[in-house]
Amino acid sequence: MHIVDRRLNPGGKSLPNRQRFLRRVKDVAQRAVRESARERDIKDLGKDGRVTVPADGVREPRFSRQPGTGLQDHILPGNKTYVEGDTIERPPGGGGGRGSGEGGEGGENSEDAFRFVLTREEFLELFLEDLELPDLAKRRLAIVETEGLRRAGYTVTGSPANLALGRTLRNSMSRRIALKRPKPDELAALEARIDALPEDAPERPDLLASLELLRERSKRIPYVDPIDLRFRRFEPYPRPIAQAVMFCLMDVSGSMTEHMKDLAKRFYILLHIFLTRRYRHVEIVFIRHTDRATEVDEETFFGSRETGGTLVSSALVEMKRIISERYSPDDWNIYAAQASDGDNVSSDGPTSTELLRAHILPACQHFAYLEVGDENGPRAGFVEHRTTLWRTYEAVAKSGGAIAMRKVNHRREIYPVFRELFGRKDAKADA
Amino acid sequence: MVTSLSRPRIQPVKAGELLFTGNDWDFDTIRRIHDACEAVAGPELGLSWYPNQIEIITAEQMLDAYASIGMPLFYKHWSFGKHFAQHEASYRRGLMGLAYEIVINSDPCISYVMEENTATMQTLVIAHAAFGHNHFFKNNYLFKQWTDAEGILDYLDFAKGFIARCEERHGQQAVEQVLDAAHALMSQGVHRYPRKKRPDLASEQRRERERIEHGEQIYNDLWRTLPNKPGAARTDAAADRRRALLELPQENILYFLEKVAPRLRPWQREILRIVRLVAQYFYPQRQTKVMNEGCATYVHYRIMNALSEKGQIGEAAYLEFLQSHTNVIRQPTYDDRSYGGHNPYAIGFAMMQDIQRIVEQPTQEDRVWFPEIAGTGDAMAVLRDVWENYRDESFIAQFLSPKLMRDLRLFHVVDDPDEPELRVEAIHDERGYRKMRRSFARQYDVAWLDPDIEVVDVDLEGDRRLILHHKALNRITLQKEDAARVLQHLADLWGYDAVLKEIDPATGTVLAEHVASARPIFF
Repeated sequence: MHIVDRRLNPGGKSLPNRQRFLRRVKDVAQRAVRESARERDIKDLGKDGRVTVPADGVREPRFSRQPGTGLQDHILPGNKTYVEGDTIERPPGGGGGRGSGEGGEGGENSEDAFRFVLTREEFLELFLEDLELPDLAKRRLAIVETEGLRRAGYTVTGSPANLALGRTLRNSMSRRIALKRPKPDELAALEARIDALPEDAPERPDLLASLELLRERSKRIPYVDPIDLRFRRFEPYPRPIAQAVMFCLMDVSGSMTEHMKDLAKRFYILLHIFLTRRYRHVEIVFIRHTDRATEVDEETFFGSRETGGTLVSSALVEMKRIISERYSPDDWNIYAAQASDGDNVSSDGPTSTELLRAHILPACQHFAYLEVGDENGPRAGFVEHRTTLWRTYEAVAKSGGAIAMRKVNHRREIYPVFRELFGRKDAKADA
Repeated sequence: MVTSLSRPRIQPVKAGELLFTGNDWDFDTIRRIHDACEAVAGPELGLSWYPNQIEIITAEQMLDAYASIGMPLFYKHWSFGKHFAQHEASYRRGLMGLAYEIVINSDPCISYVMEENTATMQTLVIAHAAFGHNHFFKNNYLFKQWTDAEGILDYLDFAKGFIARCEERHGQQAVEQVLDAAHALMSQGVHRYPRKKRPDLASEQRRERERIEHGEQIYNDLWRTLPNKPGAARTDAAADRRRALLELPQENILYFLEKVAPRLRPWQREILRIVRLVAQYFYPQRQTKVMNEGCATYVHYRIMNALSEKGQIGEAAYLEFLQSHTNVIRQPTYDDRSYGGHNPYAIGFAMMQDIQRIVEQPTQEDRVWFPEIAGTGDAMAVLRDVWENYRDESFIAQFLSPKLMRDLRLFHVVDDPDEPELRVEAIHDERGYRKMRRSFARQYDVAWLDPDIEVVDVDLEGDRRLILHHKALNRITLQKEDAARVLQHLADLWGYDAVLKEIDPATGTVLAEHVASARPIFF
């Protein structure tokens, strides 16, 4: 009998099957994921998700008998009162006590929808598929990933952990053969022969001498010599990486209602998940502004509250300052996303336009503006009201500035708008 | 990484010395348990088994095993991923407990046991799987005839490699389509009667090559282009000859397609063959559910009791065993909410015990019903013979005793759609015993349960349409949507139209007809 402990075997044996399965249900799963994203709290997006796909795509048809047709026999246990010839009313739903024999098999087919759990990775994979930062072009070699190690042949020095055993012994063997080191078998044979000889045999001294010679030889020629040693060599190699920085600008002034802030935050959380997941070398700068702008950390950006007036240019000035201090446009891909309710001091318009035109847009790969509105949205019948900021930016966009603008009123619009802003352009053409 | 333990020095356990105390176990414990079970199974029960290999696995690995129908290695297909997701979901929601073990009909016989099992459960599981099932696999005639325990793992390894190579060469999509189609026809892919030769899985790989070479040389009657002699009457004899050439009628549809389908490529044929051989390997298991579980349950019951009598397991362990034993053999009655059909463990175990009773302490009734075995005294000899020579259907038809029918309070209900109400055809009384036993046995006859579908003819002179018949037993027709889907797969493999007629064998009338045209996906 053998006992084998399989617990240490690597897990995920059925992973390839799961991938095949997911590929098969990809379209429906993706739809389900996006639908669920609408209902789920965006903060939960990072967790794994349950999706339901219609059983149709993953049905495994077999020839099976239609229940409820033809003459059917049932043998049932637990008779209490029946005697032969009794009649029983047909139970609702047809079929008396189905389940004997093939009934169990039929259960699977009657299933309408198939429910399973996606891991966090799979969920986000489907969720964020074919999104990317547009135009991630500039590459800079200054920052090098240290983990870019690769095998590069053998070396004669190295740490014992990297000893290339096969190589070393091969060298050792060829050296031993070349120098004619006596094999242990030969020595043993000779010894046996000497032992077998009578004490006074004439050839005995000769044999003893040659044994001595062989022994001497094997002592002088070591089994493994330092000269044989070979080590696996690793060399670091530089890998070009694209660096990007994302500026998140948010208006937190008093005119922003809780609803609007909530919308903006959702948008940024989505953006945050997307960026941290897709790009390992993206830095994110959070700037929030009222009539003054400050750079804050992630937590403050999403968490804390503030009141005050609105001066959009203050944020743009802050952004410009940070760019010039830390993120030279020559080295960095710069992206910006701004969320606001559209309020601005009217005198600030020309300043903002000027800042955008002259400094921000030329430095940026992509500038997205998200205008958050009331939950009820623009009421039907009214001419859509254009906010101060929208008009300012629209003018910039019309005169050729690379600026993408969207308006969002309700939570459920966030994700579609997000996809529009960051959808992979070539993928869209395919679809 | 696989850690295999070499045999450490252990003193044999003396009678009266506990094998373990408490719930914890280690590999020594497992070995002692195995040896103690062996001491009962061999001399006392006279069982014979393949050498055992006991593998400890985690819950996740158990789910893995579930997904690939219990086999330790299997080719890749999305349906296994689906089953895994399904099992995992219900396991996580607590709807389903995992099996304590899975045992594989191979030589050596591999039993997977869960790491969570307590020491008592490990004892139970080893007695059940490593001795009960193992004995059954090694000795039952169906397994001997149809399965190749020695070769199965190598063959699965070959199958897995072959399908992986096909995926590399032809793309996952193309392979998946063939597998989908083959899986749909899986239960129509078994030979139900022995043919000339035992399948020899070990030489499959060599034979694959030979088959391809052979196939390139032989002539396929489908491609006959010579016109018949003008004026020659198309005789029945010609049709018969054609059918004989194509080995028609043929109920093994996968076999038929593999050999005759005109447009399949060699690798596609080989995939059909792999699916067919796997189906064939599992065919005996479907036919012996009750007996297999009955045998294993009876064996573990005997072994556990023997261990308890010898004082090798303590009282607490014995009670724990009884508790899970009674859970396993619970049979809810038909009106119980948890009723889900007959529990093969319950029936199997009850029948084995009943046979023991008949052999050792027969009543007058038993002497009339079972003159050959009643009172012969050696229950194990009778049981071993039963385990060797019967399958569920013949076993129930032969050995279900009136006493057991009374104990289970079995009754027979007929559901005739033409009648307004269900009718009780027979109950557990003198008039009903034989009738009921016959119908009950039939419910375990796989050939009776699976729809009887045959390839009957090919229209060679016309549009090469493949004609299949379903003999609709008791006028039970096929489930429509699924039948259409499967037929679609069949037509795809065949390459031309396929028509399936459902025929009432009593009158010969056609109850339903399905037609499918081949989609151009394989060619």
